[in-house]
Amino acid sequence: MIPWFAALAAGLGAAGLWLGLLVAPTDAQQHDAYRIIFVHVAVSWMSMFVYVVMAGWAGLGLILNTRLSSMMATALAPTGAMFAFLSLWTGSLWGKPTWGTWWIWDARLTSELILLFLYLGFIALQAAIDDPRRADKAGAVLALVGVVNVPIIYFSVIWWNTLHQGASVSLTKAPSMAITMLWGMLLMALSFWMYAIAAALLRLRCIILERERNNAWVAELRELTP
Amino acid sequence: MKRLGATAVVIAIVRRDLRLALRRKSEMLMTLFFFVIVASLFALGIGAEPALLRKIAPGALWVGALLASMLSLNRMFAQDYADGTLEQMALSPEPLALLAVAKVFAHWLVSGLPLVLIAPVLGLQFDLDEPTLGVLVLSLLLGTPLLSLIGAIGAALTLGVRGGGLLVSLLTLPLYIPALIFGAGAVEAHVAGLGAGGNLSLLAALLVLAAFFSPLATTAALRIALE
Repeated sequence: MIPWFAALAAGLGAAGLWLGLLVAPTDAQQHDAYRIIFVHVAVSWMSMFVYVVMAGWAGLGLILNTRLSSMMATALAPTGAMFAFLSLWTGSLWGKPTWGTWWIWDARLTSELILLFLYLGFIALQAAIDDPRRADKAGAVLALVGVVNVPIIYFSVIWWNTLHQGASVSLTKAPSMAITMLWGMLLMALSFWMYAIAAALLRLRCIILERERNNAWVAELRELTP
Repeated sequence: MKRLGATAVVIAIVRRDLRLALRRKSEMLMTLFFFVIVASLFALGIGAEPALLRKIAPGALWVGALLASMLSLNRMFAQDYADGTLEQMALSPEPLALLAVAKVFAHWLVSGLPLVLIAPVLGLQFDLDEPTLGVLVLSLLLGTPLLSLIGAIGAALTLGVRGGGLLVSLLTLPLYIPALIFGAGAVEAHVAGLGAGGNLSLLAALLVLAAFFSPLATTAALRIALE
């Protein structure tokens, strides 16, 4: 499965970048600096989405006591943390030429920073506990407690007076941006989504092999026998 | 054996924890003095100009309360976990959530309430006037139980885990941030003339939410730690 997702990620990414960098028109106010939107919005959406999915898998593992669900949550965490960091970094790169500042403590940036801390806390907690089952469950409690942050990030631009712009894309209204820009953004978001799945599955494979290393089926794997 | 009612159980746990804390008064006072020292460090580090101090006072005092509250978290469950009392509490017929809430309340009485009581004195060091001191105390009165409740989750998750204080900080400080924003924001709004009502209401709302959800998460974490 992994090669398919990786291929999809590469293909969609190429299409999205072509649209974004070559086809989409120049913005009236921001000229070409706005083009980082094709990375920034996609990774931001993914950072929130991956957190919710991670919390979902972790919750399933906690409630149903399944091992694989918790392993999936553990596999997703580093990818999600990377997305959160990229979101903050690309946003910062975008903010300097357009807002005049690398950083501002408004609601959206602060809550995205908290999301990054939550990801890092999840990874740190699981790394600190030796027993894998206990680590899974403790991480699940933490992930579920932190999931309340995701709606806060999403609605922060509505609830507070923020420097970060409001939503131009909504499920119910017509978009307020040019169609090529919108399509470039959506293709990039899909591309990052495929990448996230590919990376998480790759990591999950390693986690399974590591945890089940004392089992017979691992010893008999073709790839591992010399 | 006679089954105790819920109130009697809470009172029993609070009395026990208070008695144990009073046997080691130095631990209580350590949290208090840490708060005082951190506030002084902020003032010394930033400069003695009164106007500047008045501006940084809400944030600096709130950060001090946050850190003091966080450092005292290791006393919440660790002792009982180490000597087996926590296991007995989990086995008792009373719901573990109730016992956890009682322990959090006792912890707040020992670690949070002294911070609230000494805050006016520290506020004077920062040249705050009386109404502002009042808002500061009110914000801390609402905020310190919130910090204890949120901290309980972190403390329960890290019972017996190596990494100790640093790991608890990494887990709890992000969750503390909303309390900090609204608590310090209340005092700043009052100083700016906008009125502290909005921020204080939100802080109170967070407290109510935490009072409901934190025991659930804490109990889950305690059971995970006791397995």
